[in-house]
Amino acid sequence: MSFVELNGVEYIYNNADEIALKDINLNINNGEFVAIIGSNGSGKSTLAKLLNVLLMPTKGMVKVAGLNTQLKDNIWDIRQKVGMVFQNPDNQLVATLVEDDVAFGAENLGIASEEIRLRVDESLKMVGMEGFNKFTPHKLSGGQKQRVAIAGVIAMAPDCIVFDEPTAMLDPQGRKEVMDTIRYLNGSKNITVVYITHFMEEIIYADKIIVMHQGEIVKSGKPLEIFKDVEGIKKINLDIPVTVELAYKLREEGIEIPDILTVDELVNALC
Amino acid sequence: MLISLENVTHIYEQEKSVRALSNINLKIDKNEFIGLVGHTGSGKSTLVQLFNGLIKPSRGKVLVNNIDITAKRVSLKNIRQIIGLVFQYPEHQLFEETIYKDIAFGPINLGLSKDDIIERVKEALGLVELDYNSYKDRSPFDLSGGQQRRVAIAGVLAMKPRVLILDEPSAGLDPEGRKNLMKLLRHLHRDYKVTIILISHIMEEIARLATRVIVLDKGEIMLDGSPKEVFAHKEELKKMSLNIPEITKILIKLKERGLDVRTDIFDINQAKKEILTALRGNRNVD
Repeated sequence: MSFVELNGVEYIYNNADEIALKDINLNINNGEFVAIIGSNGSGKSTLAKLLNVLLMPTKGMVKVAGLNTQLKDNIWDIRQKVGMVFQNPDNQLVATLVEDDVAFGAENLGIASEEIRLRVDESLKMVGMEGFNKFTPHKLSGGQKQRVAIAGVIAMAPDCIVFDEPTAMLDPQGRKEVMDTIRYLNGSKNITVVYITHFMEEIIYADKIIVMHQGEIVKSGKPLEIFKDVEGIKKINLDIPVTVELAYKLREEGIEIPDILTVDELVNALC
Repeated sequence: MLISLENVTHIYEQEKSVRALSNINLKIDKNEFIGLVGHTGSGKSTLVQLFNGLIKPSRGKVLVNNIDITAKRVSLKNIRQIIGLVFQYPEHQLFEETIYKDIAFGPINLGLSKDDIIERVKEALGLVELDYNSYKDRSPFDLSGGQQRRVAIAGVLAMKPRVLILDEPSAGLDPEGRKNLMKLLRHLHRDYKVTIILISHIMEEIARLATRVIVLDKGEIMLDGSPKEVFAHKEELKKMSLNIPEITKILIKLKERGLDVRTDIFDINQAKKEILTALRGNRNVD
C-alpha cells in the first residue's frame, strides 16, 4: 500500500473562480524521495498542504497511511505522521531557545517530558546541530535555522516530511547543509520526503519527479526521464539542470553523450 | 563619485563584540552593475543600509554624490530618492488597498502633481510588465506572490532612483519569474543608466549581469573585480562558503582532465562553443 494516495483530487479556493488542482492522481510510497516542480501558481503548494490536512480536497480523496484526511478524527494522527517545513525559517521558529523550539511540536502531541528531552537531543543530532540546545534561534545562520525547524518536525517522529522550497532563502552553504540533511533523513532514516523546489540541481537524486502545470500533473518519472524532454520542460517555463542542458546542446552538435545528470557524469562522458 | 565609503566600521549596539563591517573603503561609480556576494552574516545587508542612510556607521564616512550623509542635518529624504532599496521579500511591505495607491505612495510624498504621479505609476507598472488599466484598481493582496513582488519593485521604481539596490530579489521566484526580473535589471542598467547593486546567492545571476563583483566575508571586502577575475578564485570562494557558477565548475573539471578549455565562461552557449572547439581540436590532433 502506498503511504500517500490521491484519487481524483480537485481543489478550489473559497473566493477563486479558477481550479487550483484538477484530477490529481498520485501515489507516494514509503521511503520515497519525491520532488514536485512547477511554475508559481501551478498548484505545488496547494498539493503539499493537502498532505497534512492544512487543506481538504474539494472533490476526490486524500489518504495518508490509509487514513482519509476528510475525517475529523484522523487529523491529528495525520499531522503527526506528516510534518512540514516551509521557505522562511524565521516564520517557523517560535521559542527563544533552540531546545524549546524543537520541543514545541512534540509537546503539543502530549508526549512525556522525559521522552521529549531524548527526542530533542536525538533530533538535533540528526540535523547536525547537537550542542546548540541553549542557543537563541535568531542568532543562527539561515541554514542552521532551517535545520532547527527540521529538527522540530523530526521530534514529532513523522513518517514523512513535506518541504516547500526550504532552500529558497539560503546561501550556497546553507542550501548544501539543508540538502545533505534531507538526503540523510531519507537515505538513512527512511523518512519519506516530498520536496518542492525551483532549483533543478537539487532534485537530480530524487526517486521521482512530478511536474505540475496549471493545477495538473503533466508528467512524472525518474529525473533522467523528466529532464530528457528539454523542450517540453522549457515550454512550461521551468529550468533543467545546467549539466543536462549543456549535454543536450552538445548532442545537437553531433557529440555523442549518454544520459547524464551530474557534473562528474558529464565530465566523464566528455574526456 | 556616486557612492564612496571611507574607513567605515559598523558595530551593532546589542552585540558589542561583533563587527558587522570592518574598515571598508569602497567607491561606486555611475552606471556600474555590482554583484554583492557573501554568506549569511557577512555584512551585505548592513553595507547596503549604510548607502542610503538607514543606518549610520559607528566609524568612518559615507558619501553620496560627494555629500557626507553621516554629517548632521543632512536631508536623508533626498538621499533616499537617489538610492532606492528593495528589501528581501518586498511584497511583505505592500499595504494599500489598490495597486495604484501602493505605487503612488512614494511619488505623492515627493509632492508631485496628480498627472506626474499617474505618469510615474504607469511607467513603473510598464517596467515590471503589468498592464496599468487592468491592474491599477486591483488589490495587491489578490495577486500571486510573483506579481506582488513586481508591484513592490514598481513602488521603488516610481521614485526614479539613480541607484537601485536589491537584496535577494529573486528568492522564491520560479525560473520564469527569475528570468523576467533579471531582464528588467539589465534593461534598467542599459537603457535607463541606473546603477544597480544586486545582492544574490545565485552566482549565475551575478556572473551574467554584473560588471563588477564584490565579495564580503566577516565584514570585510575580500575580493573586488570583474566576474572573470572574482570567479577565478575558486578555492578562496569555497573557503568563504561561496560557490562558482555551475557552468564554470564543469569547465574547470574538464580542464583538470586535460581538455584545453577556458574557465572564465559563465554562459551556456559560450561554454558549448568552447567545448566543441576543444574537442574538435583534439580530434584533429588524433
